[in-house]
Amino acid sequence: MSQKITIEPVTRVEGHGKVTIHLDDQNQVAQSRLHVVEFRGFERFVQGRPYWEAPVLVQRLCGICPVSHHLAAAKALDVLVGAGTGDGLTPTGEKMRRLMHYGQMFQSHALHFFHLVSPDLLFGIDADPAIRNVIGVALEHKDLAVQGVMMRKYGQEIIRATAGKKIHGTGAIPGGINKHLSPEDKEAFLHGPDPMNIDKMLEWSVSVLEFFKDYYKENQSFIDDFVSFPSNHLSLVRKDGAMDLYHGVLRAVDSEGNKILDDVDYQEYDNYIEEEVRSWSYMKFPYIKSLGPEKGWYRVGPLARLNTCDFIPSPLAQAEFEQYKALTNGKPNNTCLHYHYARLIELLHSAEMMKELLNDPDLMEGELVTKGTKGSRGVGLLEAPRGTLFHHYEINEDDQITRANLIVSTTNNNEPMNQSVNSVAHSWMDGKTEITEPMMNAVEVAIRAYDPCLSCATHALGQMPLEVSLYDAENQLIDRKRT
Amino acid sequence: MNKNGKLYFEIDGKPCYADAGQSIIDAAKANGVFIPSLCHVEGVKPAGSCRICNVKVNGRVMTACTTPVEDGMVVDNDIPELIELRKAIIDVLFVSGNHFCPSCEKSGNCELQALAYRYQIMVPRFPYEFPLKDVDASAEHIFHDANRCILCKRCIRTITKEGKHVFAYQGRGGEHLQIVMDKELASLLTEQEAQEAMEICPVGAILKKEQGFIVPIGERKFDKVPIGSDIEKQ
Repeated sequence: MSQKITIEPVTRVEGHGKVTIHLDDQNQVAQSRLHVVEFRGFERFVQGRPYWEAPVLVQRLCGICPVSHHLAAAKALDVLVGAGTGDGLTPTGEKMRRLMHYGQMFQSHALHFFHLVSPDLLFGIDADPAIRNVIGVALEHKDLAVQGVMMRKYGQEIIRATAGKKIHGTGAIPGGINKHLSPEDKEAFLHGPDPMNIDKMLEWSVSVLEFFKDYYKENQSFIDDFVSFPSNHLSLVRKDGAMDLYHGVLRAVDSEGNKILDDVDYQEYDNYIEEEVRSWSYMKFPYIKSLGPEKGWYRVGPLARLNTCDFIPSPLAQAEFEQYKALTNGKPNNTCLHYHYARLIELLHSAEMMKELLNDPDLMEGELVTKGTKGSRGVGLLEAPRGTLFHHYEINEDDQITRANLIVSTTNNNEPMNQSVNSVAHSWMDGKTEITEPMMNAVEVAIRAYDPCLSCATHALGQMPLEVSLYDAENQLIDRKRT
Repeated sequence: MNKNGKLYFEIDGKPCYADAGQSIIDAAKANGVFIPSLCHVEGVKPAGSCRICNVKVNGRVMTACTTPVEDGMVVDNDIPELIELRKAIIDVLFVSGNHFCPSCEKSGNCELQALAYRYQIMVPRFPYEFPLKDVDASAEHIFHDANRCILCKRCIRTITKEGKHVFAYQGRGGEHLQIVMDKELASLLTEQEAQEAMEICPVGAILKKEQGFIVPIGERKFDKVPIGSDIEKQ
């Protein structure tokens, strides 16, 4: 008798999704899918609005990484107002935005690792879910929990100082930024009382990376074998191949490291990237046009960025990058749980970049905005915490937005997440008739590695319970478990 | 009347003085008393259209912007009955338009929003109407968004070009009443005049094009002090 298993919603991710797994008569996994069930709409909401409203309006599709949307939209509008394609802003404009972005990257990565992922690592994915959560971490590993909270707070404070608010600020405007960094904020970030200063953030970034590496030594087979499959990888890189999370050119490599795309100006992204719609999910499936939907799908995010870049332009993160690359002999890393490792290297890089920027006098003075000849189309890309984020706007002669296209980081990871779900379903559920909580969590652990933001991906607001249901061949419910 | 020729009156028991012919709202301001309003513009003939400045004069509800002070007048302003009335009007203004503060560039400078904060209105008591309203982006420097208009008539009364009114009522007498913009006249407005038009609008219905969100959060008009507190500190 064939069965259908539903995991809804997936927990400890941002947004609302569900997983369905179909078992055939021999209880073998016949099909598995990650469905994103939120409503899609922001691309339509923004039509008719004045273009300068987009960075503030569109960021409302998410409360976790609104800075990414805020900055990607502002970058697209920079092009519209003739301020260049990411490198034409004043030094103050660009550096304030970069500081905002690294603050965002820092807090988001800290949130993901400490709040969402650490329970799985500290207690094991088959531990009692009553303990395997952020409260359990706070009770059993207080120092780690405090670090997580304070690192997130530091990043959020950086955002407040640059965008005006910790969530949904207004700092980035077309052609630049609307404020300088205040002397009080600069002093506090550099030399604030322990632990709220950049040196402590750097120290903790190093220590959490050490924590993960120690965990990896003891649990190498679990990390390496949990889910691994070859894929393409895509991200922005700096012109010289360095990691650059704010601006660059598009590069894509295959699972062996061969370049598929290189030095691509993202204003022409639609010549290289296509999106496929499938009837069972609101989230689209992007792929590299030249390879087609079957072979052209790719990963984005920390794992992909460390596969596409040649080096990291900050010393501590570069040293870690070299160790990390040695694991795969310099070849791309295709192992799902190594996303966590890559993410923590980026956390360290973000801390280093924040320190460099905080000491830059351009943040305190200088022109804020620059403009040139206005156009009618602008595309803005950046590397959001979860991966490459595309914003594309077109306007009419009255300054109203007529078209918007957003390809959100998590959308790029749609196919890889589905592949991961499929892999876990086969290894954990083939031949099983009863659903156990660890089985459900194993599926979620795979999805969680990508740090998906399902709200962003469908540009919606949502909430998430978790429910797994087992159906027989006649679609009759025979078992259901909730967490 | 006192010896300086001023009229004597009281607001909530506070002794106040006014010039002859001065409206209650202007005289109250001169005496450090805040009476809220969304349509009044000092120096411009009052319209009495928003009704938020309703006060009780000798026991009767009257608009403070259109009623001149009389000697010996007793005015109630900050009393529960009037506060409730004002909150109800603010509620109605919110639900009868499409006010999305999170993405409105007037947020922080918006008088409607500031009054809602002052009166601690967390959520409107009436159902949202979500009306269909027009957006007119055809003028060179002005973006006119009727979704946010509260029909206060400030723009009709103050914004002119070549002696003609740039804004006017349309659809009187029905549910389609709204303020519309004369495209040709509006296109003659300079950038400076567009800026002044944006500032005269108490909400975000009139925007100067291409300069949104230029004032950072923290430096906007009502970020640091609630509306009316500047008057009350006098």
